Amino acid sequence: MAANLATLRSKVELALAGRVAAPFTYRDRHALETVSSGIAEIDSLAGGLPRGALTEIFGPACSGRTSLLLSALAARTAHAEACALIDGCDAFDPHSAEAAGVELKQLLWVRCRNIDQTLRATDLLLQGGGFGFIALDLSDVRAEVLRHVPLDAWFRFRRAVEDTPTILVVLEPESNAKTCASLVLRMEAEPARWSTTLETHAAEICRYPSSWLFDGLGIRAELLRSRMQSSAPNGFQKHFDSAGRSEIFETNAMRDYLSIARIEPTLK
Amino acid sequence: MPLLKKVSMAFASIHVPNFLVQAVMRAEPALRARAVVLVDGTPPIWNVVAANEAALQAGVELGMAKSQAAQFRNVEIRHRSRLQEKSAHAALLDLGASISPRMEDTAPDTIILDIAGLSSLFGNEENIAAQLLQRASGLGLITHIAVSSNLEVALHAARGFAGITLIPSGEEAKRLGPLPVRALLPSTEILETLERWGVRNCAALAALPLLQLSERLGQEGVRLHELARGTSLRSIVLAEPGVHFEEEMALDFAVAELEPLAFLLGRLLDQLFARLEARALAACAIRLRFDLEDSFEKDFQVLDDKSPRLAAKTYEKVLGLPVPMRNSKMLLKLLRLQLQADPPHASIVKITLSAEPARPRAAQGGLFLPSCLDPEKLELTIGRLANLVGTSNIGSPELIDTHRPGEFRMKRFVPANDESKIPQKRVITATAQAGQEDTSTSSRAASAFRIFRPEVQAKVELQDDCPARIYFRGMRGKIVSASGPWRTSGDWWREDAWQQDEWEVDIRFDASASRRNERIPNSRAQDGLYRIYYDSIRTAWFARGRYD
Repeated sequence: MAANLATLRSKVELALAGRVAAPFTYRDRHALETVSSGIAEIDSLAGGLPRGALTEIFGPACSGRTSLLLSALAARTAHAEACALIDGCDAFDPHSAEAAGVELKQLLWVRCRNIDQTLRATDLLLQGGGFGFIALDLSDVRAEVLRHVPLDAWFRFRRAVEDTPTILVVLEPESNAKTCASLVLRMEAEPARWSTTLETHAAEICRYPSSWLFDGLGIRAELLRSRMQSSAPNGFQKHFDSAGRSEIFETNAMRDYLSIARIEPTLK
Repeated sequence: MPLLKKVSMAFASIHVPNFLVQAVMRAEPALRARAVVLVDGTPPIWNVVAANEAALQAGVELGMAKSQAAQFRNVEIRHRSRLQEKSAHAALLDLGASISPRMEDTAPDTIILDIAGLSSLFGNEENIAAQLLQRASGLGLITHIAVSSNLEVALHAARGFAGITLIPSGEEAKRLGPLPVRALLPSTEILETLERWGVRNCAALAALPLLQLSERLGQEGVRLHELARGTSLRSIVLAEPGVHFEEEMALDFAVAELEPLAFLLGRLLDQLFARLEARALAACAIRLRFDLEDSFEKDFQVLDDKSPRLAAKTYEKVLGLPVPMRNSKMLLKLLRLQLQADPPHASIVKITLSAEPARPRAAQGGLFLPSCLDPEKLELTIGRLANLVGTSNIGSPELIDTHRPGEFRMKRFVPANDESKIPQKRVITATAQAGQEDTSTSSRAASAFRIFRPEVQAKVELQDDCPARIYFRGMRGKIVSASGPWRTSGDWWREDAWQQDEWEVDIRFDASASRRNERIPNSRAQDGLYRIYYDSIRTAWFARGRYD
């Protein structure tokens, strides 16, 4: 019996030679290498961004998706990794990215006009390989359009990125990748932070607009799904155990306008 | 070859037999197994000027009319191509330069190399000859090679004997003996005289008494006698190998489709890169030039201004490469992508492909370093993406030194692989710019901004000079917080001067708009912080983008 099994096993291995490296070797799909997202709160919440997997970040407009993306890009480009941004709505702001610490020379920016171009460009980049970080920005694409993206596109992306050192991040208004995503984060905006030099109440911000400065955004990130194995020292933990947790992190406004002539505030 | 060790042979002669036919076959390798004849002349009179062995065996004779040659079955008829001959000669020179810098350009089909002192690099003379034969084969040429200490002996042995011929010093007369007198290239008159005397090979010529030969044939006879005995002496005339790599092909029939064109380009690229490889070089740019067919209908192009203009008769394209490459298949794909994106406007009658030579890329990989992007593969991926989204829509953004909002330019994506080459950046946030020490915010991200392209015109209602309500993209919203105005202006001396008052506004949209119109996105989901501005020159409000 054992001999028959061994023969059968060798026959299967022979038949799959060249296509599957080790068909009978257990491969733990959950043991993914993670890297820092550039935001400590996100790293403590999700354990970082996984390589060789699809990460989905979704939320409404102004919910901090792009801030998280730029932080991750800044972290990756600082390590001389080649990064690519497939911009589904041509909304990327290089000035903002530069101020966020992104090394623009390391970033390949693909400006697409529609969803078809965006998906095809992603396919080409994933097949081309060699990129450490690929971001697919569909933040401003209408949710109805994204719902019509066939599920096999997400499966194809997941399969293409599997067993590669590439981090694939998708930014959307709603979650669409379903089970293809190894990490799903929902972003939500907290009230914006304003500061003033005047002794006025925040409710009076519109009375003295020139005396108020935008300081930054508060952003709540909620972990909806994580297929990554926990790196807890006590051993194997059940997956999804951290799902539902959330963290708030804050972003700082870029004061590029401080160098520009400011109209002096006049108290009314 | 124990005898070879005693002598020091210094010259290697490389001869391409049936050069005219081989030049054509080099561009069309499928012809090698066929009987081929070349015709040349003034239309409509075409005569056979060259034929390969298979064609001669089939009964084709030189000088025969084209119509007569066409009577033979399985004989391929081609026109003599001087462009191909030029390319084949250049390839022959590259072959010589790949072994020795001291080279004589004796004839279009023959070169002589000074190979003295090359044994430490390539081994003995036999090895050098074998390498020459192999490299010639790689360049698409079948050659005869002869090595001798006497330059003239090597030259005539290569012309007369097939394959590799090694002639040790002192054996020149003996080895040249069986060589036909015709191989010494005598004048027709002297050749006829020698034929009448029954002198048909070099051995017979060398056996003739020199004085009597001189009396009957003059100095030419003496020269031939010396050549036949292998005692003629002359110095090598050095030629400088060129660094111009160009392949041309004139087409009998104009090509209009991309597929057959790609096939021809593939052949030319193979030839070009074989030459570059022979010289241990790579290409850092490829220049493509098509001569286009004359056509009345296609000679006029209608431009944007609707005025017809005479179209150019040539089409040129330069493919710049990020790193020197030698992969012809990869470059063919890149050229195809370029031609798909910008095809020539008429059929092609002549192709010229030239390469700008450069030293090949040398990269040292590290065992514990992450694998970097393969530049060749990256170039292909970028080419495909450019074909998809347009050349201007792909690349690395580069900021321009101006205060004009949103200005940048796209440049070629050339990532650095070394972390040390990446300058350490500091995130420019409010705290950092103010120069304050704030450890609690050190890990904070910068608020990202998303731009509306093109900018969106908006209607803004003011209340006490402060934006109170806004209407854009079919959505109406209330401004709950506003900061501004921040005035910027510049380029007043140009036509596109700007003067803007920027505001940062927190908008709450009405939900009713999206309920009325399905095309309007969920307006409540669009709530957030936007940057709007009043353009003083255009006297209108615009939404620049939003924070995200």
